[in-house]
Amino acid sequence: MLESIDMSLVDWSRGQFALTAMFHWIFVPLTLGLSFLVAFMHTIYVRTGDPEWKRITKFWMKLFGINFAIGVSTGIILEFEFGTNWSNYSWFVGDIFGAPLAVEAILAFFLESTFIAIMFFGWNKVSKRFHLAASWLTAFGASLSAVWILVANAWMQHPVGTLFNPDLARNEMTSFSEVIFSQVAVNKFLHTISSSFLLASIFVIAISAWFLLRKREVLFAKRSTLIASVFGLITAIATIGTGDTSARIVARNQPMKFASMEALYEGQTHAPLVAIGAMRTDSTSYDNPQEEFIFKFEIPNALSYMVFLTPSGFVPGITDLVYGNKERGILSYEEKVKRGAVAIQTLRELKRAKERGDEVLYSALKEKFSDPVWLDTYFSNFGYGYYKDRKLTELIPNVKLSFYTFHVMVILGMHFLILSGIVLWLSLMNRWGKHKWLLWVALITLPLPWIASQAGWVLAEMGRQPWVVYELMPTLSAVSRLKPGAVQLTFWIFLATFTALFIAEIKILTTQIKKGPGGK
Amino acid sequence: MFGNLTHLALQQYWFIIVSLLGAILVFLFFVQGGQTFLSRIGKSESERTILVNTLGRKWEFTFTTLVTFGGAFFASFPLFYATSFGGAYWVWMAILFAFVIQAVSYEFRTKAGNFLGKRTYESFLFINGLVGTLFVGVALATFFSGSPFTLDEMNGVHWATGAHGLEAVLSLFNLSLGLAVFFLARVLGLLYFMNTIDNANILARSRKELLYNSIPFVFFFLVFAVQLMLREGFAVHPETGKISMEPYKYLHNLLAMPVVLGMFLAGVLAVLGGILLSLLRETSAGIWFSGPGTIMVVFSLFLLAGLNNTAFYPSTYDLQSSLTIQNASSSHYTLVAMSWISLFIPLVLAYIVFAWRALNKKKIDEKEMEEEPHVY
Ligand code: HDD
Ligand code: HEM
Ligand code: HEM
Repeated sequence: MLESIDMSLVDWSRGQFALTAMFHWIFVPLTLGLSFLVAFMHTIYVRTGDPEWKRITKFWMKLFGINFAIGVSTGIILEFEFGTNWSNYSWFVGDIFGAPLAVEAILAFFLESTFIAIMFFGWNKVSKRFHLAASWLTAFGASLSAVWILVANAWMQHPVGTLFNPDLARNEMTSFSEVIFSQVAVNKFLHTISSSFLLASIFVIAISAWFLLRKREVLFAKRSTLIASVFGLITAIATIGTGDTSARIVARNQPMKFASMEALYEGQTHAPLVAIGAMRTDSTSYDNPQEEFIFKFEIPNALSYMVFLTPSGFVPGITDLVYGNKERGILSYEEKVKRGAVAIQTLRELKRAKERGDEVLYSALKEKFSDPVWLDTYFSNFGYGYYKDRKLTELIPNVKLSFYTFHVMVILGMHFLILSGIVLWLSLMNRWGKHKWLLWVALITLPLPWIASQAGWVLAEMGRQPWVVYELMPTLSAVSRLKPGAVQLTFWIFLATFTALFIAEIKILTTQIKKGPGGK
Repeated sequence: MFGNLTHLALQQYWFIIVSLLGAILVFLFFVQGGQTFLSRIGKSESERTILVNTLGRKWEFTFTTLVTFGGAFFASFPLFYATSFGGAYWVWMAILFAFVIQAVSYEFRTKAGNFLGKRTYESFLFINGLVGTLFVGVALATFFSGSPFTLDEMNGVHWATGAHGLEAVLSLFNLSLGLAVFFLARVLGLLYFMNTIDNANILARSRKELLYNSIPFVFFFLVFAVQLMLREGFAVHPETGKISMEPYKYLHNLLAMPVVLGMFLAGVLAVLGGILLSLLRETSAGIWFSGPGTIMVVFSLFLLAGLNNTAFYPSTYDLQSSLTIQNASSSHYTLVAMSWISLFIPLVLAYIVFAWRALNKKKIDEKEMEEEPHVY
């Protein structure tokens, strides 16, 4: 089935997707968060009629517009890239995956772009209240569009509400509501959206800190900071809470990702949580676990407690998952590969029986695909079947990357919580701006939420490897059959274009910021 | 309501929706067409500013319609999405690229510190206007002329040429539709300028350009339409699903579906009527004829390609791999779920119309460009 798939094609396709997705994700979280901050400010302006609030609203709205345009232009590639670069995937899951994407376009994008037009052009053209409503609807519209794409992504991480149709070799949706309201989808939405709100709050706090350091636009900066720190503190708490739930969900649904997030090789009860650690750069072998850390600081029992809410919970390690652990009822990958191969073989035989017109064999085989026991034993390991003649180590994600991205996110999350708490406290005391070094801390924090946010996606997506659709479809079978050179060429074109656009975006933003709210 | 419909009825319903989106998209290409005139019609900076801003208030609709078209095709006919996008890689990449550079251009063009300079962003808009329309036209033509692909047992796509879609540009038939769409977009762009801008110079130049662009449009459209009526097409056997070649298939389809025939003819008349009216008389109403006319013509072309037992995405390399609305569609369940959501479409449209009425009460002129706080 996987005749001769060229691994460099897979790598370039992944590279291109990662490049375009991560580039899109530079702008998306700011759009999501800043739209709400603008709506808050706009509301205060309409309520108070104070022209200073109008200036504040307009300033942040302008930055929002610059950022929004580039978010839109990078989104379109992603939407079509599923077809262009992951065409086998698009068919395998199109019946489920296409729907949320279409809903997003029909319901969210259209409304969002109309609201935005009113928000920008409406100052002198529509009534104040209608204009304010447009600001709010823009914010809700943006978050609404996030819902759908995240539903799609959550389904890939944890496919539910579907049944495999052997005749067409694809998955078909059996319950739209199961797909939308799966725990993974709901939590993914909450964590993504709250972390994006947090990111935008930090952005506003940091830019305002720059004005305060310069002693320019002090009233503007203090008011902006106050709004952002309230929003930031609330969303920092929400981000950490939903992140914690994310980890627990991952532990349950994707134990391999969880084990590599924690670099846990030998499963154990009373598992400790590595709070901070550095891993060796040279050792890559998973059967040599003791040597992986140069140093680590552990919290005893915390990991078991976090997942199972009791210290005696058993957290499986990478070795348990690869080699199996009879005692704990964990199947080895070898066994899973065997079972997956049976499922693939059955599908093949079914196709042949159909071609030959062998009705009896065909219906006997077809029955298996609706037999829950067979599905659970064999089909649930379908994707492993592709690894029949391959090395089992390919089934392990990049441990170091998972470990660091996870820990970076957690540490930064704590930093944002503390920072926004302090900023809010001092703002309320009217003492924010008095300590120069704190302003510097706020300013230096500016890029950090982007690092945390990108790290989150890298963890979610790379930690899921080698699967595109968890345990059903490996990345290498999802890819479009192109020449690696073709994908390589588009990769470089995108990289060059994005670099130019990114420089332009940063220069325009900094120019606008330097001009301040007074500038045109 | 939708749950009781047969799978075939749902497939037809969705093919109609997708076709309608495609037709609206081609109409909205007036933005792209207009973008190719920035330096020809906008002789002074202030005239150019007016042009960019006139288009700038509509570009999002074209863009979003393209996104929706893609999303709706993915959801309703995923095998088409997988086959065409994964196979004709270069055509779609060229189109996408043209749209990536468009979206930023409006916002960045006049901003201080924009790194690439005003002229670069204007040339981005030009490239978008040229490549976007031409290639979409070519891609649409392959619905009739076919593409070289096969599908394997897992329905994986294998393209037979290394050019991955670019080979389509070499066909005269495909190219004639591509060029027709390009010149049509320009014509519509001009009609849109004449309708919304209050500036004597722009008006005069637009009228002149209208003549120069409607001639090649009519020429290429005729070349395409005549070839289409004469060529053989990809017929599907209604029971067995086997594909075979049928002479004059598209002419037969046109005659077999009188509603489509009527719509096609009315559309052609409306497009031409709008152009003639604007050439002969002092009127700004041309777009109100040519715009809806475009929608009708393109809509009927899509329906000719897919309804009446026709393979809408045919394979010239392996006839039986051709895609039909039946073998390429989503499951009954998914189409039902999607159909419920499609009921929101009229609501969304109504909202858009309402909002734009509020914003567009008067024509755009130089004075507004000076007063308006948000200009591109
Ligand atoms: C959590 C939110 C989120 C996520 C995970 C994604 N996006 Fe996005 N996308 C948005 C949130 C968003 C947004 C906030 O709604 C944007 C960003 C800026 C904007 O204009 O809208 C947007 C814009 C945007 C556009 C342009 C929309 C328009 O025409 O206005 C497209 C086509 C996509 N996205 C498609 C995708 C695809 C295919 C993704 C998956 C890989 C994806 N986005 C990930
Ligand atoms: C903004 C949202 C998203 C971001 C930032 C993101 C990020 C990433 C990253 C960092 C990778 C890793 C590439 C690699 O392994 O080298 C990746 C891979 C991938 N993601 Fe996502 N992702 C997002 C949403 C989605 C969604 C919604 C899908 C749904 C189909 C998706 C599908 C894929 C696919 C098919 C790959 C390539 C296979 C792979 O290498 O994992 N991603 N994405
Ligand atoms: C204590 C703090 C945090 C914890 C425990 C945490 C936990 C997690 C976990 C476990 C995932 C992976 C989910 C998966 O693989 O499905 C994740 C993903 C993610 N994180 Fe965090 N996180 C924290 C803070 C943050 C912060 C501060 C940000 C950004 C400002 C952030 C942004 C993201 C994003 C964008 C994703 C990808 C979307 C998703 O999969 O939900 N996280 N986080």
